[in-house]
Amino acid sequence: MDFINHQLFIKDINVHIDPILPKKTAIITHGHADHARFGHDHVIATRQTIDIMKIRYGDKCAKKFTPLRYGQKYSIKNYDFTLYPAGHILGSAQVLIEKNNHRLVITGDYKVGKDETCKNFKLVKCDTLITEATFGLPIFQHPDPKDEIQKLIRSVKINKNNCHIVGAYALGKAQRVMNLLRQQKYNETIYIHGSLEKLCQYYSKEKINIGKFEKVSSKDKNFYEGKIIIAPPSALKDRWSRRFPNPIICMASGWMTVKQRAKQQGIELPLVISDHSDWNELLDTIKKSKAKNILITHGQEDALVYYCKKQNLVSKPLSIQGRSDEEIE
Amino acid sequence: MKKFSSLLHNLILTPSRNTKIKLLQDYFNKLDINRAYALAILTDQLSFQFIKASKLRELVYEQVDQHLFDYSYDYVGDLAETISLIWPTKKEGKTQNLSTLIENIKNIKKSEINTEFSKILSELSNNERWTLIKICTGGLRIGVSERLVKTALADLYNKSVNEIEEIWHGLEFPYENLFQWLKNEISKPKIDFKKLFHPMMLANPIDEEKDFKRLDANEFQAEYKWDGIRVQLMVSSKSVSLYSRRGDNISSAFPEIIEATKGDAVIDGELLVGRNFEPSSFNDLQQRLNRKKASKDLQNKFPVFIRAYDILFYKGKDLRKFSLLERRKYLEKFQKENKTNQIDLSSIINFSTWKELTKYKNNFHDDLNEGVMIKLKNSEYLPGRKKGYWYKWKKNPKLVDAILMYAQRGHGKRSSYYSDYTFGVWKENELVPIGKAYSGYTDKELLVLDKFIRNNTTNKFGPVREVKKEIILEVAFDDVFPSTRHKSGVAMRFPRIHRIRWDKPINEVLSIKEFKKEFKID
Repeated sequence: MDFINHQLFIKDINVHIDPILPKKTAIITHGHADHARFGHDHVIATRQTIDIMKIRYGDKCAKKFTPLRYGQKYSIKNYDFTLYPAGHILGSAQVLIEKNNHRLVITGDYKVGKDETCKNFKLVKCDTLITEATFGLPIFQHPDPKDEIQKLIRSVKINKNNCHIVGAYALGKAQRVMNLLRQQKYNETIYIHGSLEKLCQYYSKEKINIGKFEKVSSKDKNFYEGKIIIAPPSALKDRWSRRFPNPIICMASGWMTVKQRAKQQGIELPLVISDHSDWNELLDTIKKSKAKNILITHGQEDALVYYCKKQNLVSKPLSIQGRSDEEIE
Repeated sequence: MKKFSSLLHNLILTPSRNTKIKLLQDYFNKLDINRAYALAILTDQLSFQFIKASKLRELVYEQVDQHLFDYSYDYVGDLAETISLIWPTKKEGKTQNLSTLIENIKNIKKSEINTEFSKILSELSNNERWTLIKICTGGLRIGVSERLVKTALADLYNKSVNEIEEIWHGLEFPYENLFQWLKNEISKPKIDFKKLFHPMMLANPIDEEKDFKRLDANEFQAEYKWDGIRVQLMVSSKSVSLYSRRGDNISSAFPEIIEATKGDAVIDGELLVGRNFEPSSFNDLQQRLNRKKASKDLQNKFPVFIRAYDILFYKGKDLRKFSLLERRKYLEKFQKENKTNQIDLSSIINFSTWKELTKYKNNFHDDLNEGVMIKLKNSEYLPGRKKGYWYKWKKNPKLVDAILMYAQRGHGKRSSYYSDYTFGVWKENELVPIGKAYSGYTDKELLVLDKFIRNNTTNKFGPVREVKKEIILEVAFDDVFPSTRHKSGVAMRFPRIHRIRWDKPINEVLSIKEFKKEFKID
């Protein structure tokens, strides 16, 4: 395991996993901006992650791309790399690295629960597990997303003169909310913030059921009464949201578990819908992976390190630069 | 309980005052016994004798690992919410009425609290658990004031909120007469006003720039703002009682006042510690606060008296509609007729221009008063903080530059931000902490400090982060006292962050010796 350092860099062969700065060879777990960056020489990732990077940063965001299927082995010298589904967003992957019979898994961001917008998480047994810990506290026990989305549908029914603006990250969460609405038989057109358009089109093209959607335009103010609008969280506080009639501000995020958080951000209808594992899923994954050595990256690592040590697992936090505790999703 | 807990959930998340009022009205509009409990809870009149924060911690430690709880509490910053989220979810029991649930809890025997109350918590949903724990720990902090609840009720039944305010302290759970009167089934409940606490008249801070241009100095008079605790003294031939600003009866803590007072009146004043009407420091007063009883020894060491500001009733006559000047005459009359060593009068400061008043505000009795009160001469005695009648003008705070040493996450609306700061001054080549502050900064400054702390942590002690010593905070404080409990030997009163001193290098910060000299400690 000493072949990889705390920056997820394998010096031996000059390969980085999810590097923040432009590098020679970068394996990218998924398309979120704190993992996928512009300007690497060579990007290795799933086909969808590469597509998403091109949508966000342009076709020339890397000099060379190598798409890998889930389960397909890729070797550099005596290192074998394999990507497995992480269940986080479309195209997201865990990275298995094998060297001299040592198996190391970097989970990237992952969730264990079911999600129709991406391939479901696959557990990979290993010796060393580098896991995320975004929700690494026992207070985080995500409810069934179906119940959460029902809250939104109920509120839309009751508050006919309001529009509901749902804050959701442009990549992944927005489309998941749309898909969950469709699963619950909400068949109206869903209105989206302009910055979501290309990604929504891509999800549709990939045959993810997000139903009918339309970009918000300068229609008559009352047009949006009773409608659901999805926007990135940054737009909620922006002037952009003022154009709508009596908006009820909603947010789809695991952070919404904590009322005080929702209140701080001015969220009136919190929807606890997360694309990360909750506490029990983290513990379960650690246990089932059979790994004896657990490294914990970005998030609430203290409690998880404490827990692992109590289980007699070797565990320490791994602080990766550029990823502060609480801004990610 | 389901309905009430979702009411609280919606109230805490709703920013709009009107929506809050509507939520409250929708709830109160239903005619059942639960609303009496709801009213008691929303106005902070209900608590359980055996279940306090410390008991709740004890219970949660029986359920989950203590360290894991502490990590979580540090993150969430709210005890009720942390416990409600971390409590292992059992199968939810059948939903209970708010009233039944509360009566059941009241009837638990002290010896069975741990098992019985834990069982109740396990059978509730997250949100109901949160509500119940909020009720137990008191002070809901959901952005709904007592006044707002009364406003919602008044509007719902077309009454004026002042009418409710007037009789409020004479009402008792389950408020049947209140609700009947609201619905016009009976006339307004008769309350014996003399025996009652009357909501106090409070002052607004003055806006030096705007108000002094607008207001005519001749229409106002001033008094010193004494640094004690505001009280209401009710005296009649039958009984004497003393109430705090919130309406709590604190008579038993100040027996010397109760024994000495004679006459028939309701007096508004400031409770102070001192001999011969010479007030001593707030530090001395603190020795007498938060005690249910006072021993003879304590009474001798820290004698108390009341400095009277105002009079509300005189010999059964309601003076509250009289002007301040007229009331003052009654107050002087009362004082002359009933001289004791426990009551004197707050003196009036005469001034003709606002500028003239400035010197009184800043110079007089340096440590014993907090500034001046400016009162409209013809003001009636109005409950609450009405605008335009009484103003408070605090003297300029003391200021010191100190170095940020440690930070901790805040609670309530600042939860998750590093918003509690410990700061210090030099002691030879080391820093020694002199105080801790968690207010005063702007939202922008909070974000800057929070970011600095996250990126410059040098050490962690549980929830406390030690940071690189490079930020200088200008700290404002009301006063500083010698203290044996602190390493630095000083304790500050009401320290708050005045601004961040980006311009000053850390080696220019005072030493503890210089600090003590400047503020005349020991």
